[in-house]
Amino acid sequence: MLKQTPLNATHRELGAKMVDFGGWDMPVNYGSQIEEHHAVRSGCGLFDVSHMLPLDIRGANVRAFLRRLVANNVDKLQVSGKALYSCMLNEAGGVIDDLILYFMDESWFRLVVNAGTAEKDLAWMEKMNADWGMGLMLTPRRDLAMIAIQGPNAVQALNEALPGVDSITANLKPFNAAAMGEMFIARTGYTGEDGFEVMVPAKAAPFFWKALMEAGGTPIGLGARDTLRLEAGMNLYGQDMDETTSPLESGLAWTVDLKTDRDFVGRAALEKSEVTKQLAGLLLLDRGVLRSHQKVHTQYGEGEITSGTFSPTMQQSIALARIPLGIAPGAEVEVEIRDKKLRAKVVKYPFVRNGKVLI
Amino acid sequence: MNIPADLKYTPSHEWVRVEADGTLTVGITHHAQDLLGDMVFIETPATGRTLAKGEECAVVESVKAASDVYAPVAGEVIAANADVEASPESVNRDAYSAWMFKMKPSNPADVAGLLDAAAYRKLVESEVH
Repeated sequence: MLKQTPLNATHRELGAKMVDFGGWDMPVNYGSQIEEHHAVRSGCGLFDVSHMLPLDIRGANVRAFLRRLVANNVDKLQVSGKALYSCMLNEAGGVIDDLILYFMDESWFRLVVNAGTAEKDLAWMEKMNADWGMGLMLTPRRDLAMIAIQGPNAVQALNEALPGVDSITANLKPFNAAAMGEMFIARTGYTGEDGFEVMVPAKAAPFFWKALMEAGGTPIGLGARDTLRLEAGMNLYGQDMDETTSPLESGLAWTVDLKTDRDFVGRAALEKSEVTKQLAGLLLLDRGVLRSHQKVHTQYGEGEITSGTFSPTMQQSIALARIPLGIAPGAEVEVEIRDKKLRAKVVKYPFVRNGKVLI
Repeated sequence: MNIPADLKYTPSHEWVRVEADGTLTVGITHHAQDLLGDMVFIETPATGRTLAKGEECAVVESVKAASDVYAPVAGEVIAANADVEASPESVNRDAYSAWMFKMKPSNPADVAGLLDAAAYRKLVESEVH
């Protein structure tokens, strides 16, 4: 039996094509994935991301706990509502999950973790909570639905759908959140556009979704979510990194704080490890489509595509690939696609931000 | 479901039109394009290539995934559709006019082994349910 979000019936009424996404019954598209992609870049798209898990951690030791638990430094969060992206590592320095942490107050942080890893994450956190004697209360918030509102018209659509929210959206900076009654409004996303991720009580989700559609929001499936995040150069857990890969070889060094002497899980392993690979952007020069697991041949040895797709904005195939260190942007590499070797160029990503091609 | 009665089909979701001169025109079915979603890349076989029955001979890729197109019978490729390579989305618009290639069967009697519309419909329904 597949798990359902509070918006399952809404997706079906809208004629979505539903798929099994890691045990969740989710919309992959509502018609055309490419049209949905463009709707986000040029207008406003709505995503049901209720399969992801909000998790409240409460208690006096919460900051101390998170200092040890995650690779980024939660001491960067000093203003209520401020968000931080981080990896949670295992002792070997592999990535258990990537997550967002919101600092609310000194006894309350809210985390959002991936759907497929939620149970594993929770078990790991509970174990650390016990091992370190932190005495914290971890509360999974399955009672909340989460809707992402993304695109240049996201502010306008949210303001129209939710009376009174304009006083918040007018002042909310990127990577900040604010609570409004039972709602939680964060200026975050996974598309490379301006926008919000809004948590609402599950029961209110269908009504809120309809109000957002009336305000001009277009429903967007998981298909376009993937092409949007890849154009935006954002990692996908399980594909671009996992428990066997180092964040330092996954384009995530910027999220690992090694500057302070803070001891966190995985730090010792990372400091001992030799970094030989990097995550780089690829742009296919020949005709075809780059896909994950295709082999990449470079002058310094082999690499592998971790995520690849056809970019609807660039009308060209793009990818993230783990390739040997030392291959610089501008270099030409070869990608094995079926029985052919096709030419690709190494580029700095992101590929697209705020509707504009950066390559 | 859009399954024209005047065409033949394969279990791997190709449609085949038997032309008056005995040659075959081949494409992928409406159901196949619906499963794959928005098409972004198509590669057709070279004219003159000899195909075994069931041989991979063309590639269709949507945003989502890549899929092979198989030869419905043994034979030789006599034409490939350059238009469909230039506009892959034409397969989504009308799968039955966006043909991939034409072939001359080695043995015209092999065509009898293809599925008719009713049999293909039954197959699709059994896959869907």
